Amino acid sequence: MSPLSARYDNIAITLHWLVALLIFAAFPLGVYMHDLPLSPTKLQLYSYHKWLGITVLMLAVVRALWRSTHTPPPLPATLQRWEHVVSHLTHMALYALILAVPLSGWLMSSAKGFQTVWFGVLPLPDLLGKDKELGELLALVHQGLNLALFLLVAMHIAAVIKHRFIDRDDILARMLPKGINK
Amino acid sequence: MIRMRMMVMTGLLLLGGQATALEFKQVSATESSVTFAYKQMGVPLEGKFNQFTAQISFDPARLNLAQARIDIGVSSIDTGSAEADEEVLGKLWFNAKSHPVASFVASGIRAVGANRYEATGRLSIKGKTLDISAPVTFQASGTRGVFDGSFTLKRLDYAIGEGAWADVSTVANDIQIRFHLVVNATSGKK
Ligand code: HEM
Repeated sequence: MSPLSARYDNIAITLHWLVALLIFAAFPLGVYMHDLPLSPTKLQLYSYHKWLGITVLMLAVVRALWRSTHTPPPLPATLQRWEHVVSHLTHMALYALILAVPLSGWLMSSAKGFQTVWFGVLPLPDLLGKDKELGELLALVHQGLNLALFLLVAMHIAAVIKHRFIDRDDILARMLPKGINK
Repeated sequence: MIRMRMMVMTGLLLLGGQATALEFKQVSATESSVTFAYKQMGVPLEGKFNQFTAQISFDPARLNLAQARIDIGVSSIDTGSAEADEEVLGKLWFNAKSHPVASFVASGIRAVGANRYEATGRLSIKGKTLDISAPVTFQASGTRGVFDGSFTLKRLDYAIGEGAWADVSTVANDIQIRFHLVVNATSGKK
Protein backbone atom coordinates (compact mmCIF):
# COMPACT_ATOMS: atom_id res chain seq x y z
CA MET A 1 0.00 0.00 0.00
CA SER A 2 1.22 3.44 -0.94
CA PRO A 3 2.42 5.78 1.82
CA LEU A 4 -0.45 7.71 3.35
CA SER A 5 1.46 10.98 3.35
CA ALA A 6 0.35 11.19 -0.29
CA ARG A 7 -2.90 12.83 0.64
CA TYR A 8 -4.56 16.04 -0.49
CA ASP A 9 -4.56 18.83 2.10
CA ASN A 10 -7.65 19.38 4.23
CA ILE A 11 -8.86 22.42 2.32
CA ALA A 12 -8.72 20.55 -0.97
CA ILE A 13 -10.53 17.58 0.55
CA THR A 14 -13.25 19.72 2.11
CA LEU A 15 -13.83 21.63 -1.12
CA HIS A 16 -13.93 18.41 -3.13
CA TRP A 17 -16.66 16.82 -1.02
CA LEU A 18 -18.69 19.99 -0.60
CA VAL A 19 -18.79 20.52 -4.36
CA ALA A 20 -19.59 16.84 -4.93
CA LEU A 21 -22.44 16.92 -2.41
CA LEU A 22 -23.95 20.08 -3.90
CA ILE A 23 -23.72 18.76 -7.44
CA PHE A 24 -25.37 15.51 -6.39
CA ALA A 25 -28.25 17.66 -5.12
CA ALA A 26 -28.39 20.28 -7.89
CA PHE A 27 -28.23 17.83 -10.79
CA PRO A 28 -31.27 15.63 -10.01
CA LEU A 29 -33.14 18.73 -8.86
CA GLY A 30 -32.48 20.33 -12.26
CA VAL A 31 -33.78 17.29 -14.10
CA TYR A 32 -36.84 16.95 -11.87
CA MET A 33 -37.96 20.58 -11.73
CA HIS A 34 -37.65 21.04 -15.46
CA ASP A 35 -40.69 18.92 -16.31
CA LEU A 36 -43.02 20.09 -13.54
CA PRO A 37 -46.13 22.06 -14.47
CA LEU A 38 -46.02 25.66 -13.27
CA SER A 39 -46.77 25.82 -9.54
CA PRO A 40 -45.37 27.55 -6.45
CA THR A 41 -43.37 24.38 -5.83
CA LYS A 42 -41.78 24.65 -9.25
CA LEU A 43 -40.81 28.27 -8.64
CA GLN A 44 -39.32 27.31 -5.28
CA LEU A 45 -37.36 24.40 -6.72
CA TYR A 46 -35.99 26.59 -9.50
CA SER A 47 -34.76 29.04 -6.91
CA TYR A 48 -33.22 26.33 -4.74
CA HIS A 49 -31.51 24.91 -7.80
CA LYS A 50 -30.09 28.30 -8.70
CA TRP A 51 -28.93 28.94 -5.13
CA LEU A 52 -27.21 25.55 -4.93
CA GLY A 53 -25.66 26.06 -8.35
CA ILE A 54 -24.30 29.51 -7.53
CA THR A 55 -22.86 28.07 -4.31
CA VAL A 56 -21.09 25.47 -6.44
CA LEU A 57 -19.76 28.24 -8.67
CA MET A 58 -18.36 30.14 -5.68
CA LEU A 59 -16.75 27.03 -4.24
CA ALA A 60 -15.46 26.05 -7.68
CA VAL A 61 -13.70 29.41 -8.02
CA VAL A 62 -12.05 28.92 -4.64
CA ARG A 63 -11.17 25.36 -5.59
CA ALA A 64 -9.61 26.35 -8.89
CA LEU A 65 -7.56 29.03 -7.14
CA TRP A 66 -6.50 26.58 -4.45
CA ARG A 67 -5.56 23.95 -6.99
CA SER A 68 -3.51 26.39 -9.05
CA THR A 69 -1.50 27.41 -5.98
CA HIS A 70 -1.13 23.97 -4.35
CA THR A 71 0.49 21.01 -6.01
CA PRO A 72 -1.49 17.81 -5.46
CA PRO A 73 0.33 14.86 -3.95
CA PRO A 74 2.21 12.82 -6.57
CA LEU A 75 0.41 9.83 -8.03
CA PRO A 76 1.58 6.38 -6.91
CA ALA A 77 4.56 5.09 -8.91
CA THR A 78 2.54 2.06 -9.96
CA LEU A 79 0.45 4.13 -12.37
CA GLN A 80 1.05 3.88 -16.10
CA ARG A 81 1.97 6.86 -18.18
CA TRP A 82 -1.45 6.85 -19.95
CA GLU A 83 -3.17 6.80 -16.57
CA HIS A 84 -1.30 9.96 -15.60
CA VAL A 85 -2.41 11.65 -18.80
CA VAL A 86 -6.04 10.56 -18.64
CA SER A 87 -6.46 11.39 -14.96
CA HIS A 88 -4.91 14.80 -15.47
CA LEU A 89 -7.16 15.56 -18.44
CA THR A 90 -10.27 14.33 -16.64
CA HIS A 91 -9.50 16.42 -13.60
CA MET A 92 -8.89 19.55 -15.66
CA ALA A 93 -12.14 18.96 -17.58
CA LEU A 94 -14.00 18.50 -14.31
CA TYR A 95 -12.62 21.79 -13.02
CA ALA A 96 -13.72 23.46 -16.25
CA LEU A 97 -17.19 21.97 -15.97
CA ILE A 98 -17.86 22.79 -12.33
CA LEU A 99 -17.21 26.38 -13.38
CA ALA A 100 -18.93 26.29 -16.78
CA VAL A 101 -22.10 24.44 -15.74
CA PRO A 102 -23.24 26.94 -13.11
CA LEU A 103 -21.95 29.86 -15.16
CA SER A 104 -24.09 28.73 -18.11
CA GLY A 105 -27.06 28.50 -15.72
CA TRP A 106 -26.47 32.03 -14.52
CA LEU A 107 -26.14 33.29 -18.11
CA MET A 108 -29.30 31.45 -19.11
CA SER A 109 -31.31 32.88 -16.22
CA SER A 110 -30.06 36.35 -17.05
CA ALA A 111 -31.05 36.00 -20.70
CA LYS A 112 -34.44 34.61 -19.73
CA GLY A 113 -35.03 37.67 -17.59
CA PHE A 114 -35.02 35.87 -14.24
CA GLN A 115 -32.43 37.37 -12.01
CA THR A 116 -30.73 35.20 -9.40
CA VAL A 117 -31.09 36.35 -5.81
CA TRP A 118 -28.79 34.02 -3.90
CA PHE A 119 -30.71 32.46 -1.01
CA GLY A 120 -33.26 35.22 -1.50
CA VAL A 121 -30.78 37.67 -0.01
CA LEU A 122 -27.94 38.53 -2.36
CA PRO A 123 -29.02 39.80 -5.78
CA LEU A 124 -26.50 38.82 -8.44
CA PRO A 125 -26.08 41.08 -11.43
CA ASP A 126 -27.61 39.86 -14.66
CA LEU A 127 -24.74 38.95 -16.97
CA LEU A 128 -26.82 39.40 -20.11
CA GLY A 129 -29.78 41.51 -21.12
CA LYS A 130 -33.13 39.84 -21.62
CA ASP A 131 -33.17 37.95 -24.89
CA LYS A 132 -35.62 35.10 -25.35
CA GLU A 133 -33.81 33.26 -28.13
CA LEU A 134 -30.45 33.54 -26.45
CA GLY A 135 -32.08 32.26 -23.26
CA GLU A 136 -33.35 29.18 -25.05
CA LEU A 137 -29.98 28.59 -26.66
CA LEU A 138 -28.24 28.88 -23.28
CA ALA A 139 -30.71 26.38 -21.82
CA LEU A 140 -29.41 23.92 -24.39
CA VAL A 141 -25.83 24.85 -23.53
CA HIS A 142 -26.57 24.28 -19.84
CA GLN A 143 -28.12 20.93 -20.68
CA GLY A 144 -25.20 19.91 -22.91
CA LEU A 145 -22.57 20.88 -20.37
CA ASN A 146 -24.52 18.96 -17.75
CA LEU A 147 -24.47 15.87 -19.94
CA ALA A 148 -20.70 16.23 -20.26
CA LEU A 149 -20.42 16.69 -16.50
CA PHE A 150 -22.53 13.61 -15.91
CA LEU A 151 -20.35 11.48 -18.19
CA LEU A 152 -17.10 12.73 -16.69
CA VAL A 153 -18.31 12.23 -13.12
CA ALA A 154 -19.34 8.70 -14.06
CA MET A 155 -15.88 8.09 -15.49
CA HIS A 156 -14.29 9.68 -12.42
CA ILE A 157 -16.20 7.35 -10.10
CA ALA A 158 -15.51 4.33 -12.33
CA ALA A 159 -11.79 5.12 -12.09
CA VAL A 160 -11.94 5.29 -8.30
CA ILE A 161 -13.69 1.92 -8.20
CA LYS A 162 -11.17 0.39 -10.58
CA HIS A 163 -8.25 1.62 -8.50
CA ARG A 164 -9.76 0.39 -5.29
CA PHE A 165 -10.92 -3.05 -6.35
CA ILE A 166 -8.81 -3.97 -9.35
CA ASP A 167 -5.50 -2.14 -9.05
CA ARG A 168 -5.76 -2.03 -5.27
CA ASP A 169 -3.59 1.09 -5.13
CA ASP A 170 -6.37 2.88 -3.27
CA ILE A 171 -6.31 6.28 -4.90
CA LEU A 172 -9.48 7.12 -2.95
CA ALA A 173 -7.60 7.45 0.33
CA ARG A 174 -5.86 10.54 -1.02
CA MET A 175 -9.16 12.40 -1.07
CA LEU A 176 -10.64 11.08 2.19
CA PRO A 177 -10.32 12.92 5.49
CA LYS A 178 -7.80 11.39 7.89
CA GLY A 179 -9.27 8.58 9.91
CA ILE A 180 -12.07 7.58 7.53
CA ASN A 181 -9.88 5.10 5.68
CA LYS A 182 -8.75 2.19 7.79
CA MET B 1 -54.18 96.58 -27.06
CA ILE B 2 -56.19 94.21 -24.97
CA ARG B 3 -55.61 91.53 -27.58
CA MET B 4 -51.87 92.10 -27.39
CA ARG B 5 -51.93 91.72 -23.67
CA MET B 6 -53.89 88.49 -23.93
CA MET B 7 -51.45 87.07 -26.41
CA VAL B 8 -48.48 87.95 -24.26
CA MET B 9 -50.13 86.42 -21.24
CA THR B 10 -50.99 83.24 -23.08
CA GLY B 11 -47.41 83.05 -24.29
CA LEU B 12 -46.09 83.45 -20.77
CA LEU B 13 -48.42 80.80 -19.48
CA LEU B 14 -47.34 78.36 -22.14
CA LEU B 15 -43.70 79.07 -21.46
CA GLY B 16 -44.31 78.42 -17.80
CA GLY B 17 -45.58 74.99 -18.71
CA GLN B 18 -48.94 75.73 -17.18
CA ALA B 19 -51.20 75.39 -20.15
CA THR B 20 -54.22 76.21 -18.07
CA ALA B 21 -56.61 76.68 -20.92
CA LEU B 22 -55.96 73.29 -22.42
CA GLU B 23 -58.02 70.24 -21.87
CA PHE B 24 -56.06 67.04 -22.33
CA LYS B 25 -58.26 64.39 -23.88
CA GLN B 26 -56.60 62.46 -26.67
CA VAL B 27 -54.81 59.46 -25.31
CA SER B 28 -51.93 58.26 -27.43
CA ALA B 29 -52.17 54.49 -27.11
CA THR B 30 -48.82 53.77 -28.70
CA GLU B 31 -46.90 55.99 -26.30
CA SER B 32 -48.77 55.00 -23.17
CA SER B 33 -48.14 51.97 -21.03
CA VAL B 34 -49.48 50.06 -18.07
CA THR B 35 -46.79 47.96 -16.43
CA PHE B 36 -46.41 46.11 -13.18
CA ALA B 37 -43.59 45.00 -10.93
CA TYR B 38 -43.57 42.23 -8.35
CA LYS B 39 -41.32 39.79 -6.61
CA GLN B 40 -41.15 36.04 -7.08
CA MET B 41 -38.94 34.15 -4.64
CA GLY B 42 -37.33 37.49 -3.85
CA VAL B 43 -36.56 38.10 -7.53
CA PRO B 44 -37.83 41.41 -8.93
CA LEU B 45 -39.85 40.91 -12.12
CA GLU B 46 -41.75 43.17 -14.45
CA GLY B 47 -44.60 42.76 -16.86
CA LYS B 48 -47.05 44.78 -18.87
CA PHE B 49 -50.50 44.85 -20.38
CA ASN B 50 -50.43 45.29 -24.11
CA GLN B 51 -54.05 46.26 -24.55
CA PHE B 52 -55.87 48.95 -22.66
CA THR B 53 -57.96 51.97 -23.42
CA ALA B 54 -57.97 55.19 -21.47
CA GLN B 55 -60.56 57.91 -21.54
CA ILE B 56 -59.29 61.03 -19.93
CA SER B 57 -60.25 64.63 -19.80
CA PHE B 58 -58.04 66.77 -17.71
CA ASP B 59 -57.62 70.50 -17.38
CA PRO B 60 -55.11 71.40 -14.68
CA ALA B 61 -57.06 74.58 -14.05
CA ARG B 62 -60.33 72.77 -13.46
CA LEU B 63 -59.57 69.67 -11.50
CA ASN B 64 -63.12 69.27 -10.30
CA LEU B 65 -64.17 68.43 -13.86
CA ALA B 66 -61.40 65.93 -14.46
CA GLN B 67 -62.39 62.46 -15.59
CA ALA B 68 -60.47 59.29 -16.13
CA ARG B 69 -61.27 55.74 -16.94
CA ILE B 70 -58.82 53.02 -17.87
CA ASP B 71 -59.90 49.60 -19.13
CA ILE B 72 -57.34 46.86 -19.37
CA GLY B 73 -57.72 43.72 -21.45
CA VAL B 74 -56.53 41.18 -18.94
CA SER B 75 -55.57 38.59 -21.53
CA SER B 76 -53.07 40.98 -23.10
CA ILE B 77 -50.81 40.40 -20.11
CA ASP B 78 -47.12 39.88 -20.68
CA THR B 79 -45.45 38.52 -17.57
CA GLY B 80 -42.15 37.89 -19.28
CA SER B 81 -42.60 34.15 -19.62
CA ALA B 82 -45.05 32.35 -21.91
CA GLU B 83 -45.72 29.68 -19.31
CA ALA B 84 -46.79 32.29 -16.77
CA ASP B 85 -48.85 34.27 -19.32
CA GLU B 86 -50.97 31.21 -19.84
CA GLU B 87 -51.19 30.36 -16.16
CA VAL B 88 -52.37 33.77 -14.96
CA LEU B 89 -55.39 33.79 -17.28
CA GLY B 90 -56.75 30.75 -15.48
CA LYS B 91 -59.40 30.60 -12.76
CA LEU B 92 -56.96 30.84 -9.89
CA TRP B 93 -55.43 34.06 -11.18
CA PHE B 94 -57.43 36.53 -13.29
CA ASN B 95 -60.12 34.15 -14.47
CA ALA B 96 -59.97 36.06 -17.74
CA LYS B 97 -62.88 34.18 -19.30
CA SER B 98 -65.36 35.49 -16.75
CA HIS B 99 -63.57 38.77 -16.05
CA PRO B 100 -61.85 39.87 -19.24
CA VAL B 101 -61.48 43.51 -18.26
CA ALA B 102 -59.90 45.22 -15.29
CA SER B 103 -60.87 48.84 -14.91
CA PHE B 104 -60.03 51.94 -13.00
CA VAL B 105 -62.56 54.75 -12.74
CA ALA B 106 -61.31 57.94 -11.16
CA SER B 107 -63.52 59.62 -8.63
CA GLY B 108 -61.39 62.66 -7.98
CA ILE B 109 -58.02 64.28 -8.32
CA ARG B 110 -56.45 66.91 -6.13
CA ALA B 111 -53.25 68.88 -6.41
CA VAL B 112 -50.59 68.15 -3.80
CA GLY B 113 -47.73 70.21 -5.25
CA ALA B 114 -46.33 71.59 -8.45
CA ASN B 115 -47.39 69.12 -11.16
CA ARG B 116 -48.16 66.61 -8.46
CA TYR B 117 -51.57 65.16 -7.79
CA GLU B 118 -53.35 62.53 -5.83
CA ALA B 119 -55.87 60.55 -7.83
CA THR B 120 -58.55 58.47 -6.16
CA GLY B 121 -60.91 56.03 -7.72
CA ARG B 122 -62.25 52.55 -7.86
CA LEU B 123 -60.27 49.66 -9.19
CA SER B 124 -62.16 46.58 -10.37
CA ILE B 125 -60.38 43.32 -11.02
CA LYS B 126 -61.85 39.84 -11.16
CA GLY B 127 -65.26 41.09 -10.08
CA LYS B 128 -63.98 42.87 -6.98
CA THR B 129 -64.02 46.63 -6.67
CA LEU B 130 -61.91 48.51 -4.15
CA ASP B 131 -61.04 52.14 -3.52
CA ILE B 132 -57.50 53.09 -4.30
CA SER B 133 -55.46 56.25 -4.50
CA ALA B 134 -52.30 56.93 -6.42
CA PRO B 135 -49.82 59.76 -6.62
CA VAL B 136 -49.65 61.11 -10.16
CA THR B 137 -47.41 63.62 -11.84
CA PHE B 138 -48.53 65.59 -14.84
CA GLN B 139 -46.07 67.27 -17.17
CA ALA B 140 -47.29 69.31 -20.08
CA SER B 141 -45.26 70.77 -22.86
CA GLY B 142 -47.39 72.56 -25.38
CA THR B 143 -50.35 70.38 -26.19
CA ARG B 144 -48.67 67.19 -25.08
CA GLY B 145 -49.34 66.04 -21.56
CA VAL B 146 -47.84 63.10 -19.74
CA PHE B 147 -49.21 61.40 -16.65
CA ASP B 148 -46.99 59.16 -14.59
CA GLY B 149 -48.13 57.37 -11.53
CA SER B 150 -47.90 54.19 -9.55
CA PHE B 151 -49.56 52.45 -6.67
CA THR B 152 -49.23 49.14 -4.95
CA LEU B 153 -52.07 46.71 -4.63
CA LYS B 154 -52.29 43.52 -2.65
CA ARG B 155 -53.11 40.79 -5.14
CA LEU B 156 -54.95 38.74 -2.51
CA ASP B 157 -57.40 41.62 -2.00
CA TYR B 158 -58.63 40.78 -5.49
CA ALA B 159 -58.13 37.02 -5.16
CA ILE B 160 -55.46 37.13 -7.86
CA GLY B 161 -53.67 33.87 -7.24
CA GLU B 162 -55.84 31.50 -5.23
CA GLY B 163 -55.28 28.01 -3.92
CA ALA B 164 -51.61 27.09 -3.80
CA TRP B 165 -50.78 30.45 -5.36
CA ALA B 166 -52.15 32.29 -2.31
CA ASP B 167 -48.76 31.57 -0.76
CA VAL B 168 -47.20 35.04 -0.81
CA SER B 169 -43.73 33.76 0.03
CA THR B 170 -43.49 32.51 -3.55
CA VAL B 171 -45.25 35.27 -5.47
CA ALA B 172 -45.35 38.38 -3.26
CA ASN B 173 -48.65 39.95 -2.33
CA ASP B 174 -47.50 43.45 -3.26
CA ILE B 175 -47.87 44.25 -6.93
CA GLN B 176 -46.78 47.67 -8.05
CA ILE B 177 -48.80 49.07 -10.94
CA ARG B 178 -47.24 51.84 -12.98
CA PHE B 179 -48.95 53.85 -15.62
CA HIS B 180 -47.53 56.23 -18.15
CA LEU B 181 -50.19 58.01 -20.18
CA VAL B 182 -49.52 60.40 -22.99
CA VAL B 183 -52.52 62.61 -23.55
CA ASN B 184 -52.77 65.39 -26.08
CA ALA B 185 -54.84 68.50 -25.73
CA THR B 186 -57.64 68.94 -28.23
CA SER B 187 -58.16 72.68 -28.46
CA GLY B 188 -56.58 75.73 -26.95
CA LYS B 189 -59.86 77.50 -26.30
CA LYS B 190 -62.79 76.53 -24.18
C1 HEM C 1 -23.42 22.67 -10.20
C2 HEM C 1 -24.25 23.45 -10.75
C3 HEM C 1 -25.41 23.03 -11.58
C4 HEM C 1 -25.81 21.79 -12.02
C5 HEM C 1 -25.14 20.45 -11.77
C6 HEM C 1 -27.02 21.99 -12.79
C7 HEM C 1 -27.72 20.98 -13.39
C8 HEM C 1 -28.88 21.14 -14.10
C9 HEM C 1 -29.60 20.10 -14.78
C10 HEM C 1 -29.18 18.63 -14.85
C11 HEM C 1 -30.68 20.66 -15.36
C12 HEM C 1 -31.75 19.96 -16.19
C13 HEM C 1 -31.51 20.21 -17.64
C14 HEM C 1 -32.63 19.65 -18.47
O1 HEM C 1 -33.25 18.66 -18.06
O2 HEM C 1 -32.89 20.24 -19.51
C15 HEM C 1 -30.67 22.06 -15.04
C16 HEM C 1 -31.64 22.95 -15.44
C17 HEM C 1 -31.63 24.30 -15.08
N1 HEM C 1 -30.65 24.97 -14.40
FE1 HEM C 1 -28.99 24.17 -13.64
N2 HEM C 1 -27.33 23.33 -12.81
C18 HEM C 1 -26.37 23.99 -12.08
C19 HEM C 1 -26.32 25.36 -11.85
C20 HEM C 1 -27.28 26.27 -12.22
C21 HEM C 1 -27.24 27.69 -11.93
C22 HEM C 1 -26.13 28.40 -11.18
C23 HEM C 1 -28.38 28.23 -12.45
C24 HEM C 1 -28.85 29.65 -12.45
C25 HEM C 1 -28.39 30.62 -11.74
C26 HEM C 1 -29.12 27.17 -13.07
C27 HEM C 1 -30.34 27.31 -13.68
C28 HEM C 1 -31.04 26.29 -14.28
C29 HEM C 1 -32.33 26.47 -14.90
C30 HEM C 1 -33.13 27.77 -14.97
C31 HEM C 1 -32.70 25.23 -15.41
C32 HEM C 1 -33.97 24.88 -16.18
C33 HEM C 1 -33.75 25.07 -17.63
C34 HEM C 1 -35.06 25.08 -18.36
O3 HEM C 1 -36.08 25.21 -17.73
O4 HEM C 1 -34.99 24.96 -19.59
N3 HEM C 1 -28.43 25.97 -12.91
N4 HEM C 1 -29.57 22.34 -14.28
